[in-house]
Amino acid sequence: MAETAKNKVIKPIKNFSLEEYISSGHRACQGCAEVLAVRHVLKAIGPDMILAMATGCMEIISSPYPLTSWNVPWIHVAFENAAAVASGVESGLKALRRKGRVPDKDVTIVAMGGDGGTTDIGFQALSGMMERGHKVIYVCVDNEAYMNTGIQRSSSTPFGATTTTSPAGRIKPAGQMTWKKDMVAIAAAHGIPYTATACPTFFTDLQKKIQKAKEVDGPSYIHILSVCPTGWRIPPNKAIEYGQLAVDTGVFPLYEVEKGVWKLNRKPKELKPISEYFKGQGRYRHLDEKFTLEIQDKITEKWNKLVKLCE
Amino acid sequence: MGRKVGVEVSIAAADAVGLCDVDVVAAYPITPQTHVVEHLSELCASGSLDAEFVPVESEHSAMSVCCGSAAAGARTFTATSSQGLALMAEIVFIASSMRLPIVMFLANRALSSPLSIWNDHSDTMMVRDSGWIQVFCENGQEVYDAVFHAFRVAEDARVSLPVMINVDGFNLTHVIEPIEFWTKDMTQKYLPEFKPIHRLHPDKVVTMGAFGMPEIYTEAKMAQNDALLKSFPVIKQGWDELADLTGRKYSPVEMYKTEDAETIILGMGSICETATLAVDQMRDQGKKAGLVKLRLWRPLPVDDIKKALAGAKDVLVLDRAVSFGAANAPVTSEIRAIMYHESNRPNIHNVIAGLGGRDVTPDHIIEMLEMALADKTHGYNIFGVRS
Repeated sequence: MAETAKNKVIKPIKNFSLEEYISSGHRACQGCAEVLAVRHVLKAIGPDMILAMATGCMEIISSPYPLTSWNVPWIHVAFENAAAVASGVESGLKALRRKGRVPDKDVTIVAMGGDGGTTDIGFQALSGMMERGHKVIYVCVDNEAYMNTGIQRSSSTPFGATTTTSPAGRIKPAGQMTWKKDMVAIAAAHGIPYTATACPTFFTDLQKKIQKAKEVDGPSYIHILSVCPTGWRIPPNKAIEYGQLAVDTGVFPLYEVEKGVWKLNRKPKELKPISEYFKGQGRYRHLDEKFTLEIQDKITEKWNKLVKLCE
Repeated sequence: MGRKVGVEVSIAAADAVGLCDVDVVAAYPITPQTHVVEHLSELCASGSLDAEFVPVESEHSAMSVCCGSAAAGARTFTATSSQGLALMAEIVFIASSMRLPIVMFLANRALSSPLSIWNDHSDTMMVRDSGWIQVFCENGQEVYDAVFHAFRVAEDARVSLPVMINVDGFNLTHVIEPIEFWTKDMTQKYLPEFKPIHRLHPDKVVTMGAFGMPEIYTEAKMAQNDALLKSFPVIKQGWDELADLTGRKYSPVEMYKTEDAETIILGMGSICETATLAVDQMRDQGKKAGLVKLRLWRPLPVDDIKKALAGAKDVLVLDRAVSFGAANAPVTSEIRAIMYHESNRPNIHNVIAGLGGRDVTPDHIIEMLEMALADKTHGYNIFGVRS
């Protein structure tokens, strides 16, 4: 794989690493865009890092004892505490470095969790980490449901998606009938120096953002949309395409908040209709025109608000 | 030798943690542990202790921060109590399973509900099977000394397990006692620098906290149990060397006037000091009474307990927690199991007392003994229930 990359003339971003920090041979589903996101996050940071990971897909596919996919120091403790564990690693290394008990070098601390481990059960630990100001990059790899346990809804599951705990039925015709939690705004409200959204379809943008996060003095939060063919019920070869559609329809805009300044990183001239994004996704198959319009209105409204914030 | 001064036990414990040159303290306020972390935060704020004080947003995060910190190879301390321990319990089990040498000061306190901030042992019994080394203390000096011992044992490469120092809430945490302080020299002589076998650092890549398939889980638990059992000689060695340094001798099981005792009282924690007075009183009346103090609760010193109780006719076990719906309370359960196969086993009686801060006096203990000896059911009694 490194050979192919080397032969390409395109050098999309500076310091694009040809090293792999998560090995192939892991147990992710075919077409998993989440593990692709992880791959780019690690490439953007390089070897001098420590990764604290929440229980979830990425943990379970990568670490069946005695095997490991990780070429970086990695720790998993529990579901809801990646941010707290990372806070501990950061504090421990800080003290040890100050006392001269570990080599005097910069080590980037990363915490990573899925949408369940971030927006639901790990929400408090994350808020604590950001408020206390630990220098940790928190990465949420959001596949919009608890995929690892069999596709249950989270507070990051979008309105209208069916999951095994938000099925569409007579009483709840749209399936999930609550709106996706706005984690970036919540993270930004903590006043941390850098927060952003990203998607592995736009991997240069993703890597640039991780590198920015690495440089800031304090906590950063990166929310990555990670298309999940298994949970979204799409063919595995469509993950990259759906990532593109999510961004181009305004369902998942790419933006960043740097020291309180909001900036859109990709602004299509005209948003594609969300019906294009919904089409082909099994989780939206039940939606009728009424709900599609309702969701379209909300997406447009949110997009317009975001554009205004970013002016 | 160090100086001896009157000081609140919690403050003394915090001073001991400071002398140990701890690297990270992560804690959340909960009564009656508060003074420990308050004092540690003062030491950090004033610069007299070079450590990271992480004022976490919950007990769950306190133990999680401790896991991260210990995994990075830092000397790590936390303190908690009752509900706090209940909230962090999930991670308490993981910390020992991941062999992370964290030291925790547990101000023993009743579990809710009804809400009670007062002393008993229901919190620590909740995590009895968590795989931590669990030590009980009787007085302030023991608490202070236990801190140095705990770091030494936990971080010993032969052990690499977390240690919980059980300190009776209020009865011990908030009393002012004469304590002989250690010096920096003594501490450095007793407690070597923490050198973990594995640490999270890019210079040597490790994976920590992998998941275990059914093919491996049993072996992992077996290895963990072995590690806890094998910590026993290291714990004893730590106490022996502490005796060389301070002249104070600690043992897993300690005996008081048991040589010719027909009746033995067995307890853990500060109630033992009260029981000492009860034993003296009974001896004055010509009764052959003795006391066995169980200092080490996990790993359980089985052989030492057998030896200590051999020859007694009756044993009264004082429990400070209820195991709801069980045959007996937690400590008695162990003692009965240990003595079952002994040819000359004593009658083992069980009284539960001092729940949720209910005061226990020497007279109460004598009364309990009379009540227990009269009861032939081999069940348990809860003492002092008002009708």
